[in-house]
Amino acid sequence: MGNKQTIFTAQQLDAYQDCTFFTRKEILRLFDRYRDLAPQLVPLDYTDQPDVRLPYELIGSMPELKDNPFRQRIAEVFSEDGEGNMTLDDFLDMFSVLSEMAPRDLKAYYAFKIYDFNNDDFLCKSDLEKTLNKLTRNELTEDEVRMVCEKVIDEADLDNDGRLSLEDFQHMIVRAPDFLSTFHIRI
Amino acid sequence: MAYSVDFNLSPIMELELESLRGDDTAQDSMCQLIRVTGTGLESGSPKTLEMDVLTTESRDRLASQMSDVRERADERRLQRSEESMQTNLLVRNRWSAATLRVLSSMPSRSVGQQSRLEIISQCNIRSTQLRRYHRQTKDVSLSSRPSIRGYGIEADSEDVCEEETKRQELVNNLQSLSAGDRVRMLRAMPLSLAEKTKLRKLAFSDKVGQSILSSQVPCCSLLKRTLYHILFGCLFILSSLQLWQVALKRLGGRFGTGVLSYFLFIRTLLLFNVFLFLINGLFLVLPQAIHPPLHTPSSHRVTGLELFTGTGYLSNSLMFYGYYTNSTINTSCRPAEATTGTGCGTTSDPHMMAYNIPLAYFFTIGITFFITGIVLVYSMSKSFGRSFRVFKSQGNLAIKIFCSWDFKVSKKMSVRLQSENITTQLKELLSEVKGGEEKGRLSGMAVHLLAWSISLGSTFFCALGIHCFAKDMHLRRLEDAEGEVSLVHEARLLALPGVVSCGNLLLPGLFNLMSWMENFNSPIVCLYVSIFRNLLLKVSILGVLCYHWLGKIAAEPEQHGLQCWESFVGQELYRFLLVDFIFTVLNTVFGEFIWKLFAQGVLRRRRKPVFDIARNVLELIYGQTLTWLGVLFTPLLPAVQILKLLLLFHMKKSSLLVNSLVAFLPQSSLLVNCQAPRKPWRASQMSTLFISLLCFPSFLGATVSVTYTIWTIKPSSGCGPFRNLPFMFHSGKQWAQELKSTNPKLAWLNWVHSCLVENPLFLFLMGGVFLMVIYIHTQIVDGQRKIISLLQEQMENEGKDKKFLITRLQAIHEERQYPLSPSSRPQPQGSEV
Repeated sequence: MGNKQTIFTAQQLDAYQDCTFFTRKEILRLFDRYRDLAPQLVPLDYTDQPDVRLPYELIGSMPELKDNPFRQRIAEVFSEDGEGNMTLDDFLDMFSVLSEMAPRDLKAYYAFKIYDFNNDDFLCKSDLEKTLNKLTRNELTEDEVRMVCEKVIDEADLDNDGRLSLEDFQHMIVRAPDFLSTFHIRI
Repeated sequence: MAYSVDFNLSPIMELELESLRGDDTAQDSMCQLIRVTGTGLESGSPKTLEMDVLTTESRDRLASQMSDVRERADERRLQRSEESMQTNLLVRNRWSAATLRVLSSMPSRSVGQQSRLEIISQCNIRSTQLRRYHRQTKDVSLSSRPSIRGYGIEADSEDVCEEETKRQELVNNLQSLSAGDRVRMLRAMPLSLAEKTKLRKLAFSDKVGQSILSSQVPCCSLLKRTLYHILFGCLFILSSLQLWQVALKRLGGRFGTGVLSYFLFIRTLLLFNVFLFLINGLFLVLPQAIHPPLHTPSSHRVTGLELFTGTGYLSNSLMFYGYYTNSTINTSCRPAEATTGTGCGTTSDPHMMAYNIPLAYFFTIGITFFITGIVLVYSMSKSFGRSFRVFKSQGNLAIKIFCSWDFKVSKKMSVRLQSENITTQLKELLSEVKGGEEKGRLSGMAVHLLAWSISLGSTFFCALGIHCFAKDMHLRRLEDAEGEVSLVHEARLLALPGVVSCGNLLLPGLFNLMSWMENFNSPIVCLYVSIFRNLLLKVSILGVLCYHWLGKIAAEPEQHGLQCWESFVGQELYRFLLVDFIFTVLNTVFGEFIWKLFAQGVLRRRRKPVFDIARNVLELIYGQTLTWLGVLFTPLLPAVQILKLLLLFHMKKSSLLVNSLVAFLPQSSLLVNCQAPRKPWRASQMSTLFISLLCFPSFLGATVSVTYTIWTIKPSSGCGPFRNLPFMFHSGKQWAQELKSTNPKLAWLNWVHSCLVENPLFLFLMGGVFLMVIYIHTQIVDGQRKIISLLQEQMENEGKDKKFLITRLQAIHEERQYPLSPSSRPQPQGSEV
């Protein structure tokens, strides 16, 4: 495999390979995708680790994310500043976790953070309501939303504190083997 | 203006007076108020007096005092009953800071456990703290909600110190693991990439600059290096198959995971066939092609039909069994000198390499089946492990909300469709919860019985029909063989495959009708029932055909007028594969079109064609079974299957995409005509099911047939590599005996062979041991399941304990806050505070 690329140093590529689930080829391909979003902002030389941050609007316009109702939360969770503006590291991290090789616990952790709209490390009722409204595009009535949220907390809350912690969520994910295939974006 | 204010105090008054027994402060004013209004009403004074009494100030005071009194009355009423106290006190916003502090410093919330979970939880701590640290630098007004780990906002310097210590702990944990584990741990950490790179630099400071994967243990480094090179080479080949990556992405984006699993299954089958083809090609076809055997060239008319029937000039080609010699090829021979005898040239030439074709044939087929079996069982067990459901799914609602959104779907219409699906499912679940009653069971039973009897009956009659038709065809062929070979006679060879493919096409439609009639409550049951019926149909058809080929034709080939029955069976399988493919193409191109016309013209319904995943996958499995059955007789059959799968992939993909682009009627609102199935598609369970169907009925059946052929059927004496042997496996036996005589050092191989393979006792023993191991494992799994349910119960009890303690804490705090007479208060127990 020839080392003709000059975007990253060999050490950087090795580090990326070890820390994500991607191979060299895929990392370079992802870099091309990142650069295509804003060719004038992203330099072709990342050897000195430039601090380039693409705004959320560009990330959210990617075809894979454009119509996803959770795209804003995904971008916020994986971005360093919590606002959705992503560096290349965040970009790689996001697609690495959403790839098919990521283990279940890692995916469950990030899924939990995505559904936690108020960032309080718990899935409380308001988080559930927001998730439900995004899933159903506000088609359910308020009563139905309330009933569903109550039932969900009843089902999944194991330590009986009225909200779902990360442990409750992971416990529930164990019972859902489809999670690995649905929480997956192909890029 | 006088307003008569009806101050209906009496019922409320009684309750509150009763509850006011202990209250001193409010009582006086209350009694005063009562007295005043009471006198006012009793004396029948004019309304102006009432108005005077109820001036705004006193009204306000009255109102506030009333509410005050009511509140305290509420409190007291609640304090009398424990449950109501609990529910009230569990209201989160009433908790005091003390309660929150105690909660947040509970052991389960602040310290992780040993082992890998410690690392993950430390990562959680670090990332939460880091985030809070970053957020703090932006805005200071964090709400005073209880944090999971650590209460409140700590000082900045403390944060930084804690960061360092936690990072050091992580690094130490990482360094204590082996190289492969380190990478796995690093990848699985829920930290951002920047932090992971820093950790990596710290933890592997001695190996900075190298990928951990490429660093090796000093000993056997060369071996590992070559192994990695081979592995990466294979992965490179596999990754070039990622040519379909774009197509798969488009399909997944538009139709979701369910339809995608069909195409992924095609890719899996393709890999199996490529492997078969490569091994066969390398060890079998290539040597024979380089040194073709001498045989009398027979004159055949070249018509196009040969490609479909496999007869004519193809029957004496590399494709079929009959072409292969039963001799040893010597590589220094020129083809012209090759005879069907013992070989050519002088046997004393030391530079010659002898290649024993019969042995190669036997071992190639055996080894490919063995390796395919191992790979299938391995992937099946992995698939089972991934999709194993630990607990009974009593509540699906939470899973439906969090796990059913398919993130792969990226087309706007498909996203809309998906959310409509989820909405419908949620509404159905809610209606079930509200008032779910089972539909009438008795009438259902009769319908089920009818449907099952029709399905089984039709399967049985189909199999019987094929049996009779096959017999008839053989007789017809005998007659034909005596006469002139004509086009019609050759075309008649395609009749049996045609009939079988028709049956395969029409009967599943009947089964669909049956399941529509039965109207199952649960869509998953419906899916399984339809898969079972289709499977039964295909198994019975293949069983009848195998009986014909191996039981009738192979046993008495002369009666059927065949010199080379193996080539004939190979040709039959080749024809079956081709005709099956042709019918699939016709069905895909015309069938859906005709159905759309029918549905919209006659039935007047805008029913869109749904891609029936189960039926299509079973057709794939059927094709693969034919390939595995035929590889013994037709070594190049995997190549035909590879071409077929490639064409099938592109054809199904285009048909799906085209159907979704064309709006058939102008009034159809959605542009997506070919929709993903409405039934909830449990992707992982389905792929487990497909792989296990591929392994158990399909591969096992093929292996059993091939083993039966090799072990018990006499090969034909006129053609093929085993022509002089009583049974096919005798080639291996002969070789083992030759080894004993020519190479005494390898005599132990022969001993091993006679002891292990030919001795039934050893096989019984091995089978017994395997069964025992499996039994022990199932018992272990049962025991673990029981333990899991016990632990779940324990968790629930702990939850109840926690609720109890929280309420006690809160109660104590509230007592301290609002000190009232101690007599009516329950005593605090223990010293939890």
